[in-house]
Amino acid sequence: MTNHWVDIKNADIVLIMGGNAAEAHPCGFKWVTEAKAHNKAKLIVVDPRFTRSASVADVYAPIRTGTDIVFLGGLISYLLANDKIQHEYVKNYTDFTFLVKEAFAFEEGLYSGYNAEKRSYDKSTWDYELGDDGFVKTDPTLENPRCVYNLMKEHYARYTPEMVERTCGTPKEKFLQICELIASTSTPTRAMTIMYALGWTQHSIGSQMIRTGAMVQLLLGNIGISGGGMNALRGHSNIQGLTDLGLMSDLLPGYMSLPKEPEQDYDKYIAARAFKPLRPNQLSYWQNYGKFFVSFMKSWWGDAATPENHWGFDYLPKLDKPYDMLQTFELMSQGKVNGYICQGFNPLAAAPNKAKMDASLAKLKFLVVMDPLATETSEFWRNFGAHNDVDSSKIQTEVFRLPTTCFAEENGSLVNSGRWLQWHWKGAEPPGEARSDLEIMGELFVRMRTLYRDEGGAFPDPIVNLSWPYSNPLSPGPEELAKEYSGKALKDLADPKDATKLLHKAGEQLSGFAELRDDGSTASGCWIFCGAWTQAGNQMARRDNSDPTGIGQTLNWAWSWPANRRILYNRASCDPSGKPFNPARKLVGWNGTAWGGADTPDFKLDEDPAHGMGPFIMLAEGAARFFARGNMAEGPFPEHYEPFETPLANNPLNPKQPQATSNPAARVFKDDREAFGKVEQFPHVATTYRLTEHFHYWTKHARLNAIIQPEQFVEIGEDLAKEIGVAAGDRVKVSSNRGHIEARAVVTKRIRTLHVEGKPLHTVGIPIHWGFTGVAKAGFLANTLTPVVGDGNTQTPEFKSFLVKVEKA
Amino acid sequence: MADMSRRQFLKVTGASLVGSSLVMMGFSPTAALAEVREFKLARATETRNTCPYCSVACGILMYGLGDGAKNAKASIFHIEGDPDHPVNRGTLCPKGAGLLDFVHSASRLKHPEYRAPGSDKWERISWDDAFERIARLMKKDRDENFVAKTADGLTVNRWLSTGMLAASASSNEVGYLTHKVVRSFGMLAFDNQARV
Repeated sequence: MTNHWVDIKNADIVLIMGGNAAEAHPCGFKWVTEAKAHNKAKLIVVDPRFTRSASVADVYAPIRTGTDIVFLGGLISYLLANDKIQHEYVKNYTDFTFLVKEAFAFEEGLYSGYNAEKRSYDKSTWDYELGDDGFVKTDPTLENPRCVYNLMKEHYARYTPEMVERTCGTPKEKFLQICELIASTSTPTRAMTIMYALGWTQHSIGSQMIRTGAMVQLLLGNIGISGGGMNALRGHSNIQGLTDLGLMSDLLPGYMSLPKEPEQDYDKYIAARAFKPLRPNQLSYWQNYGKFFVSFMKSWWGDAATPENHWGFDYLPKLDKPYDMLQTFELMSQGKVNGYICQGFNPLAAAPNKAKMDASLAKLKFLVVMDPLATETSEFWRNFGAHNDVDSSKIQTEVFRLPTTCFAEENGSLVNSGRWLQWHWKGAEPPGEARSDLEIMGELFVRMRTLYRDEGGAFPDPIVNLSWPYSNPLSPGPEELAKEYSGKALKDLADPKDATKLLHKAGEQLSGFAELRDDGSTASGCWIFCGAWTQAGNQMARRDNSDPTGIGQTLNWAWSWPANRRILYNRASCDPSGKPFNPARKLVGWNGTAWGGADTPDFKLDEDPAHGMGPFIMLAEGAARFFARGNMAEGPFPEHYEPFETPLANNPLNPKQPQATSNPAARVFKDDREAFGKVEQFPHVATTYRLTEHFHYWTKHARLNAIIQPEQFVEIGEDLAKEIGVAAGDRVKVSSNRGHIEARAVVTKRIRTLHVEGKPLHTVGIPIHWGFTGVAKAGFLANTLTPVVGDGNTQTPEFKSFLVKVEKA
Repeated sequence: MADMSRRQFLKVTGASLVGSSLVMMGFSPTAALAEVREFKLARATETRNTCPYCSVACGILMYGLGDGAKNAKASIFHIEGDPDHPVNRGTLCPKGAGLLDFVHSASRLKHPEYRAPGSDKWERISWDDAFERIARLMKKDRDENFVAKTADGLTVNRWLSTGMLAASASSNEVGYLTHKVVRSFGMLAFDNQARV
């Protein structure tokens, strides 16, 4: 979230699209209710299903799953055509006026530079025109046809209300009613928040859907303001924190990235990430990358990280390609992966195409599962009848199952969607011999280190030199680790403003990332968390819930990254001179000498606004990007592509170009492409979802939740039920080209038949919560049905749009 | 008398007044129900935590038996929303309302277990044996498949034949330590549940 849960109460319009907060995030949704009750907010819900979020909406519009870019592109077109944009904001804070390279082009769904064989782009034309001074060329009059504004207007002119109706199945009047409501927030004093979740991420074009939403918010001046923002409602309690800490194949902590194979030179690795400003007097904060990186390397390798070995640069593995989960399972299916560890993750249930998962896991030599619960993954080798029909005797994988603690049995912090790091305390001992993940990872490491110390082996250096200063090496403490990722001074640090003064003595905790240095005198394991544990103690454990301004800014409750800032880009809540656009919901402002207010300013604190520094300080331009330059796989402007399993013959926006039917830049493995189904055999569009009463695959192990939602079902509309002769409560078989499940039919008015490209289309809702372990009635893993293809940028699987056939069982 | 507790209320009613008339007189025993809770929870150990399910991160209060004494085994017997928490303000959703049954789920694992190749059952294994065996398997695989340099001489120092999926609900401290350990091995096939 750019904003946070409580801030939703400040919204005038709430758009829930690609999510269903009322059921998946119920206690967060209460702030929508608060906005409606006390801020006269209007709630708009756009969803294939009439969800519980929709049931309390002021306006609900149905949409065909996977077509959100058409809807949002239509909205952008409406805002531009009707001049419903916040002019002062877009002109000063975005790339509206920037000129794009002449050679950049878009034709029939493809951008310039496409290589069909590699399914990727040469992105060299996807950039701004630069002047001789190295700065971006601009046209403040917006008359140049090559400025971002005009290119964008032309791009989305194709996204008409009629196109929305025939592609999304959303009635044109309903679409226009929503456009009008949303356009009301183009005034500086009205705010809209967008709340989205996996309904946007789990598509082969998911990242671009989110970008389109963000573009709408920028046009309306809704980013950086109270009651606004792009608010990702994360699906689990700490995937925000685990991503912040870089637990992804290509990342390091704090959104730093691992070197790629050609990046052999340390200085070039740093320079490629320390972006130089593209306009005069911009902060371009990533220029400090070297300070974050060196401080990180000092945290991990301590004295072994020296200027001579480039702080241990070669201790880091280098990437020849991404090794995300889908790539890894592909390699596993080819027999190229021998060992695998699953820590609190149940991939047999959570990864697409269960049959491929079962087959892949069976090719491992060893599998280690660490979990508080008996997951399906840990028992993939066991026969559970139709739910997991395998022959144990043919599976040669050694499996270790290690019992872990759960939340109630440990101290530590989680990062919520609003980026709050909140500390929690242990209340009980774990059952039996269960151990914390810290003890397990600690002992595993110490054993490996001993083996490498004693016997040598392949490149032992990064293992034997890893800094391991914990008081009990077999069980590092959460408090020790929190202090380590926050960071400390390794030497006495002189105050940069006055060299006669000491900022920190050696060994003291640092106050924040502004104190980090690239000379090896500071350590911080995750720069964006720097300041979470200062010399004053654990900031994450703070519990003062006072809200002095009344707009929900509880700055002394827990601690938020970065720098305890609660609303990102909050400089943009003020006009160029530094006065709040909306004085009634002031976040920060310029008082003539400094920035301050109800939030930590997202800006240089003493920067006079007269000097023109832009509010988007992490970007080299200082301005937000409508034009993504080379940062997205598919192109600089989001374009609609059909799901890989589409019910249509072509992409209605680019019907003549078959390469642009589905995402032309998405990676698809051969076996997975062969496993896609066609609409002729699988005529119904399926989408997976969560229920209010269950959490993922966990609560089927909890008695109360298993009682209130005991049995697997699928949800179908009345028309489809009639067509296939099914009554509510009948058992149905749902098949995709990869397998089938059987479940009870829940026949509802909540899923209606859509009319797309002149034909009726049925949607099937598939709740995900059942499996073959736990206390709820055993069921099929929903991922028996889903296809293996990820978003072109994130490789998040397309769980929200695929083809099935529903019939009476 | 207006703030009588449930216990007093019962006494009074027993002494000949009837509840309905009391209510009509304006002595509704609204505070009484909370009073019963006091009895149940007053001697419990209260611990503050956050819900491990979705990312709203509702504050919760866990009430447990055991006072920290060596022979008193702590056990959680009640969980409710933390009224001080700025986001959930004391409430919990149907998922979170069942948290106690997650803590005490029959599916909680209690011992390390081992499944041999081709077997159809679990066997108990000691922690020591489990660590010994896993560390051996990992070292062997790493030593056999570690790539220090590419064919054209580029230093890459990576280990691709073993991978790991990290959790979705483990703490930052667990995530940080896990990342540190895994990357020191040179592992790249490493993701967390945010990928999904």
